[in-house]
Amino acid sequence: MPLSADQMIFWRHGFVKLNGTIVFTWALMLVLIVGAKLVTRKLSTDLKRARWQNFLEMIVTNIDEQIEEVGLPNPEKYLGFLGTLFLFVATASLFTIIPGYQPPTGSLSTTAALALCVFVAVPWFGIKEQGLGSYLKSYVEPTPLMLPFNIISEVSRTLALAVRLFGNMMSGVMIIGILLTVTPFIFPIVMTTLGLLTGMVQAYIFGILAAVYIAAATRARKPKARATT
Amino acid sequence: MDNKTIIAVASIVVAGMTIAVGALGPALAEGKAVATALRSLAQQPDASKTITRTLFVGLAMIESLAIYCFVVSMILIFANPFWK
Repeated sequence: MPLSADQMIFWRHGFVKLNGTIVFTWALMLVLIVGAKLVTRKLSTDLKRARWQNFLEMIVTNIDEQIEEVGLPNPEKYLGFLGTLFLFVATASLFTIIPGYQPPTGSLSTTAALALCVFVAVPWFGIKEQGLGSYLKSYVEPTPLMLPFNIISEVSRTLALAVRLFGNMMSGVMIIGILLTVTPFIFPIVMTTLGLLTGMVQAYIFGILAAVYIAAATRARKPKARATT
Repeated sequence: MDNKTIIAVASIVVAGMTIAVGALGPALAEGKAVATALRSLAQQPDASKTITRTLFVGLAMIESLAIYCFVVSMILIFANPFWK
C-alpha cells in the first residue's frame, strides 16, 4: 500500500524518475484543461444553457463572491490565480474516489510548490496595486522595529500553508493505509469519505487564506485616519 | 541496551507522547472557537456567512498546530534520521 504518491515510481532512467506525484499532477492538469475547453466550446447567454456550463458558472460566481467578501474589490483580477489554486486542490482530493489514485497534494513537494506560488503572488499583487514604495513601506508599519517580525511572519505563513495541506492530505492517506491492514472493506471506505470531506475543506481554506494574504498586501493605506479591516 | 534499541524506544515513546499531548491543546481551542461562533450566530443570524467563513479559517489555523505534531510523530516513526 503506497503511503504517498512519491513512492510509486512509474518510469526511471538514470536518476530521472517519474513518480506518482508527477504523473497524477499531469493527469489532473489534463482533465481540468480538456474539461474546461470542452465545456466552453459553445457558450450561450440565453436562458437555455448546457448543464456543464451552468455548473462552471456556479463555481466561478461563488469563487468571485468569496474573493469579494474577503476584501478584494475587483475579484476578476485575482480569479485566475485563486480559482486555479482552489480547483486544483479540490479536484486533487476529489479524485480519491478513483481506485489506484493517490492525491499529489499528499506529497510535500506539491504543497511546497503551491505555497511558493502564493509567496510570490502576494508581493506581485501588492506591488501591482500599490506601487513598489508603498508596498515596501508596509513592512515597516507600525514601527520600523516590526520589520524582522513582518518578514518572519511572511515566511512562516507560507510554511504553514504548505505543511497544513500536506499534513491533512497525507494523514488521510496514511489512516486509510493503516486501517486496510486492520479492518478491511467497510471502515476504510468510511475513512475515505472523511478524507474527501477534509480534502474539500482544506482546498477552501487554502484558497481563502491565499485571498486573505493578498487582501492584506493590497489594502489601500490611508495616511492618518486608517479604517479598521 | 545498545544504542539502536535506545534510539528505537525513545523515538516510539516520544512519537506517541507528541501526538497525544499535541492533539489536546488544539481540541480545547477548537471547542471554544465553535462555542463562541454558535453564540454569536444565535445573536446575529444574518451575519452567518461571515461568521461561518471566519470560523472555518480559524479552525484551520488551530488545526495546523495539531498537524505539525502529527507530522513530527510520523517523521519519528517512518523517516527517522537516526535509524538505519
